[in-house]
Amino acid sequence: MSEAKAAIDQETVERVSDVSGQNYKYGFVSDVDADKAPIGLNEDIVRFISAKKNEPSWLLEWRLDAYERWLTMDEPDWAHVEYPKINYQDLCYYSAPKSMEDGPKSLDEVDPELLRTYEKLGIPLVEQEVLAGVRKVAVDAVFDSVSVGTTFREELAKVGVIFCSFSDAVSEHPEIVKKYLGSVVPKSDNYFTALNSAVFSDGSFVYIPPGVKCPMELSTYFRINEPNTGQFERTLVIADKGAYVSYLEGCTAPMRDENQLHAAVVELVALEDAEIKYSTVQNWYPGNSDGVGGIYNFVTKRGDCREDRAHISWTQVETGSAVTWKYPSCILRGDDTVGEFYSIAISNNLQQVDSGTKMIHLGRNTSSRIISKGISAGRSSNVYRGQVSVHPKAKNARNFTQCDSLLIGDKCAAHTVPYIESRAPSATLEHEATTSKISDDQLFYCRQRGLDPEEAVALIVNGFCRDVLQHLPMEFAVEAQKLVGISLEGSVG
Amino acid sequence: MTGLLNIENLHASVGGSKILKGLSLNVGAGEVHAIMGPNGSGKSTLSYVLSGREGYEATEGSASLDGNDLLVLSPEERAYVGMFLAFQYPLEIPGVTNMTFLKTALNAIRRGRGEQELDAAQFLRLIREKAKSLGMSDEMLKRPLNVGFSGGEKKRNEVLQMAVLEPRLAILDETDSGLDIDALKTVSEGVNAMRNADRSFVVITHYQRLLDYIKPDFVHVMARGRIVDSGGPELALKLEKSGYADYLETADA
Repeated sequence: MSEAKAAIDQETVERVSDVSGQNYKYGFVSDVDADKAPIGLNEDIVRFISAKKNEPSWLLEWRLDAYERWLTMDEPDWAHVEYPKINYQDLCYYSAPKSMEDGPKSLDEVDPELLRTYEKLGIPLVEQEVLAGVRKVAVDAVFDSVSVGTTFREELAKVGVIFCSFSDAVSEHPEIVKKYLGSVVPKSDNYFTALNSAVFSDGSFVYIPPGVKCPMELSTYFRINEPNTGQFERTLVIADKGAYVSYLEGCTAPMRDENQLHAAVVELVALEDAEIKYSTVQNWYPGNSDGVGGIYNFVTKRGDCREDRAHISWTQVETGSAVTWKYPSCILRGDDTVGEFYSIAISNNLQQVDSGTKMIHLGRNTSSRIISKGISAGRSSNVYRGQVSVHPKAKNARNFTQCDSLLIGDKCAAHTVPYIESRAPSATLEHEATTSKISDDQLFYCRQRGLDPEEAVALIVNGFCRDVLQHLPMEFAVEAQKLVGISLEGSVG
Repeated sequence: MTGLLNIENLHASVGGSKILKGLSLNVGAGEVHAIMGPNGSGKSTLSYVLSGREGYEATEGSASLDGNDLLVLSPEERAYVGMFLAFQYPLEIPGVTNMTFLKTALNAIRRGRGEQELDAAQFLRLIREKAKSLGMSDEMLKRPLNVGFSGGEKKRNEVLQMAVLEPRLAILDETDSGLDIDALKTVSEGVNAMRNADRSFVVITHYQRLLDYIKPDFVHVMARGRIVDSGGPELALKLEKSGYADYLETADA
């Protein structure tokens, strides 16, 4: 046997063991004592959460009002997804790692087990590690329901940037929270926002003062650890006049056989001449190849370009979750405002994705751009659902939409559902859509050049997504490219 | 028989129909063999069977490259042991730059051969040098693979890939088709520059013209799934005059 042949055999053995093992690299469970609310949901639970967080009475009232509204609402069923009915009384609505009971005063006080968890996730929570990196990234990490530490807080404070957990913002900057909370996504916007508003536990808060360009990327990592725990985080980002911020969130969860609910709300407010870039790399556990387990990701994200020349840009790479239901949107309220949505949504095995965006043009000369890349493999279903709406006063509004779908194999589905409504005759709206398949010819060509089938698919898909990947902050683009490969493993025979 | 490429009594079917019917061919290290023949004689099928394309099934006989039984290997494993096919119609991959594709391919093959992968700087040096020798600009390396390339550019790009991947055996499947005379010269020069005592070529072509530039050691005539005649370069000249009619009758017999 030649050396080359021996190397091939070794390679084959390794690949086979790679594939037969679990592909979800983030599927570990951390052994941390948790302080949990009793199972179920009622007014007392809402009070319990509020009390746990020492909240002011206005916020408790706000939560209770949301809870009352939620009781009168029905779970939406218009999305092209199917899942067993969720029993909201079977869930736990608050879980804090026990060592957090008194709240860590600094990173040194954080449970080392938690820090090790973040290390496994590749989050540079310890500041020194980040400092050793090429670029500074400030990180807030949310573990189940509680924020465990925000790096670079002091350095950010020097330029007036506030980046902290939502709870800290409530106690330290109540006037800002009170002014903006629910101002973009009203409590009763939909079933899940009402639920989130009642029971949200923590999340991240960002305020960039007028004229300040945030000196580093801000980043939040979310992780659901406890079983039967819903995660309901709340993110509020405000860019004051002329401010700029780039924000990234990443998400993972351990592998569990039962489904876990994630119903977050993200609100962005961009004032005059402000710009917010919001990127998401979502890698929640998608369930196994038979569709058992995985996260239900029912998230409402919305940005408000509240004043003239504001600019909000959403970039998302969605590879995880069993069921995804989310439409990061922009309200283009001010004149000359710009909204952008760049999305890569990958579904494999039995994953179901119903995702897209809404661009609501209210102001004059507003423009929006939508680039959506949907990749379906396995027996998954992938829907792009988008709305472009131009109101009568939105003179000279412009939208460009491009929706591309890529199919891998012949058992998956891709749908494109664009809603376009224009009530301004001066509007210019363009919509382009394509559907393509990875051809056997392309695959063979790559394999003849030495790429194994999975590497070939990853390369072709990354090429397909290139327009979107370019919009991610550079260090995350590399991570996202790898994720694209991992999430499509096993999609070709 | 010992050569770099040994094909013995190879039979192969595509979609149930028998295309190769007992083909034998030995290519020694460092040799250039031309395979000529009429349309439908199975020339492209031979290239696909040897490179392992799905649906091209060998039903009998054997084929080995450098002592490795090709027929049990996946396409990428065949690439590791030194097989390279220059495609008649190179594929386009939108969004993947020429450079990225080449780096991925080279490192996949190096990994497959148990060699160290090249880092970005090492690769850049290598690719610049190879591209320069083929008269290809940096701009062309940054374009998406074969997207919007002219016929000539695509073929030149195939030769660039070959130069980077350094195979033991290169099969050129009608590399001359669709090329004007200048492109034909450039491509041929690229191939000739790669000829050495260890590397062999199988050149599939309809026309003698290409063989003016890539001088073969042996010429074979293929008809109805078999090699029906073999000789030196003079055989190609003869074919150019008399055509394939004689062989079609022979093969039928």
